[in-house]
Amino acid sequence: MELLSGADMLIRSLQDEGIEYIYGYPGGAALHIYDALFRQDEVKHILVRHEQAAVHMADGYARATGKPGTVLVTSGPGATNTITGIATAFMDSIPMVVLCGQVASSLIGEDAFQETDMIGVSRPVVKHNLSVRHPEEIPEVIRKAYYIAATGRPGPVVVDIPKDMTTPNERYEYSYPKKVKLRSYSPAVRGHAGQIKKAVDMLLAAKRPIIYAGGGVVLGKASSQLTDLARMLGYPVTNTLMGIGCFPATDKQHLGWLGMHGTYESNMAMHHSDLILAVGARFDDRVTNATEKFCPGARIVHIDIDPASISKTIDADVPIVGPVDAVLKEMIALVKEAKEQPDADALAAWWKQIDEWRAFHGMRYETSPDVIKPQEVIEALCRLTDGKAFVTSDVGQHQMFAAQYYKFDKPNRWINSGGLGTMGFGLPAAMGVKLNFPEDDVLCITGEGSIQMNIQELSTCKQYDLPVKIINLNNQALGMVKQWQDMNYESRHSQSYMESLPDFIKLAEAYGHVGIRIEKKEDLEPKLKEALAMKDRLVFLDIYVDRFEHVYPMQVARGSMKDMWLSKTERV
Amino acid sequence: MRRIISVLLENEPGALSRVVGLFSQRNYNIETLTVAPTEDETLSRLTVTTTGSDKVIEQITKQLNKLIEVVKLVDLTEGAHIERELMLVKLKATGSQRAEIKRTVDIFRGQIVDVTSSVYTVQLAGDSEKLDGFIQAVGTAGVLEVVRTGVSGIARGEKILSI
Repeated sequence: MELLSGADMLIRSLQDEGIEYIYGYPGGAALHIYDALFRQDEVKHILVRHEQAAVHMADGYARATGKPGTVLVTSGPGATNTITGIATAFMDSIPMVVLCGQVASSLIGEDAFQETDMIGVSRPVVKHNLSVRHPEEIPEVIRKAYYIAATGRPGPVVVDIPKDMTTPNERYEYSYPKKVKLRSYSPAVRGHAGQIKKAVDMLLAAKRPIIYAGGGVVLGKASSQLTDLARMLGYPVTNTLMGIGCFPATDKQHLGWLGMHGTYESNMAMHHSDLILAVGARFDDRVTNATEKFCPGARIVHIDIDPASISKTIDADVPIVGPVDAVLKEMIALVKEAKEQPDADALAAWWKQIDEWRAFHGMRYETSPDVIKPQEVIEALCRLTDGKAFVTSDVGQHQMFAAQYYKFDKPNRWINSGGLGTMGFGLPAAMGVKLNFPEDDVLCITGEGSIQMNIQELSTCKQYDLPVKIINLNNQALGMVKQWQDMNYESRHSQSYMESLPDFIKLAEAYGHVGIRIEKKEDLEPKLKEALAMKDRLVFLDIYVDRFEHVYPMQVARGSMKDMWLSKTERV
Repeated sequence: MRRIISVLLENEPGALSRVVGLFSQRNYNIETLTVAPTEDETLSRLTVTTTGSDKVIEQITKQLNKLIEVVKLVDLTEGAHIERELMLVKLKATGSQRAEIKRTVDIFRGQIVDVTSSVYTVQLAGDSEKLDGFIQAVGTAGVLEVVRTGVSGIARGEKILSI
């Protein structure tokens, strides 16, 4: 057997795990590891400019590919700078392994230079964390970390590695375990057959059914099963912000997404339904609005890999714990065999009602002859990229507009921080996607507030030649904060206005990229085209949009699903 | 409602703090907590008493089960069970009080385990209510110091919690 140092074992373990890229930033406690990285070329390292961005890059990669991302940082500030990124991944159940250097084990607890209790600091925002206590454990710890991160309900796993675990001159026998066994961790591999049967019976008997699909369908790679089941039944489908793309947005059965800024027809159909089939969704507060008023006439079938997601906020009538793809497959088989069919008359009446709702609002917005509306920008982008781009976003109004007006027909293409709502996510996430999908259009839709939270990564983009397109919907304000202040604080715009914005064109140029400003409506489409045509350059599009636009529909606070503002003056 | 949740936990560094952290992160109550290794040295047995609605208790057990180091758990209050807590209490004991305290200790089937001219140290085991009852009986005025272990529990009959 080969003899390797702890640092070499770590890198070899990553190779054996099939890791191509890791994202990180070196520092004292990680230097043995960085030296081992230098002496091989299988695992490639991307040097970011701030550790938070390394985590978002790994996250963007994971969301686009469905495979766990990998981060490497040093102890202390290197490790603590990853926390926002880890929390972002945790809230959206993104598989990821974060390798953190740590001071030598003899120094732990002595307030040594760059010492932080990363196991303690990260504990509330990880699926699990592990520390290496002997160099020989490294291969097993790494295998365990990836296994836990990627199975069951996925999530981030932190590995804390004291410096003396990676000392170059101490060598140990290396072998990478094929399998790990954890007696206390065994995610469900299939759903309960009796519950599935019961769910199918209820589905077939429903008069006003709706399928409510969440990020779990994307993470569980179950889009095709979901689409098959929905088409077999002919039932309407809505999805969450995280579930975007799990059912084709251009399909007639798709009602758009639901919740706080969901479509009128989705929220109305949910409220009036008699059966909700929830798949990989978690009834969070941005979906349900006031839980006591939630869908009064609906019975609920809830499929989720995580039992704790079921009946957490809204009680399920039929809970099914299991991987969504396997459960949906069984449901499809049962629907095929079933003697009874959905009630065609009831379904026709239900669709007639839904089509009326659809016609009533239809995601309309007011246009203006001279001001560029943010919605128009997204619609133009969708048209020009044929709805096929990877789109990452930051957090705020631009995020909602992007999700509302870009029509995704495929999963894994819409990449945003839905759970934690992390500003600064968009650019590094786009970089992680572009690195792994160099031929595809990768758009980062952002705002002038969010982009400045990780703007330093323009430098990383230059170093690794990552020609993403940054679409800055510049309304010269923290738009969503301002919208809430308009609606709830009599337009007192406390700290939501940015008085000294940089010249983003010069900034992009300073980093070696192309900057294009768009202020006139007639320039919008030609300049977008021009930018998209520059396949090998990063283009920063600074687009001046309507400063007063609000995102609608918007659910009325503490109301039911059906209580919405449809414009500044129209409330239903 | 008060519940006793009994957990088999991997006997590893940091496992306990994950359990305790979970309770504070998710805004659950811990009333008492006891933990010690079992006959299998790789496992610890942890007993936590908590209060909450059925929905909250269901979430607590589900969230505990999600922790990688939690091997198995049971809500003992769902069935017949035995609960015990040990208390050591120092009581002011001078003059005529000494005989009175001795009588009360006997009634509660406790033992005086240490004596000075002015202090009795009493050991008492039982369920939490019995221990509360003793304190009430001797009166808080005479109580100098109380140490309670928190509740340990086990199911009655054939039911066992093991891997």
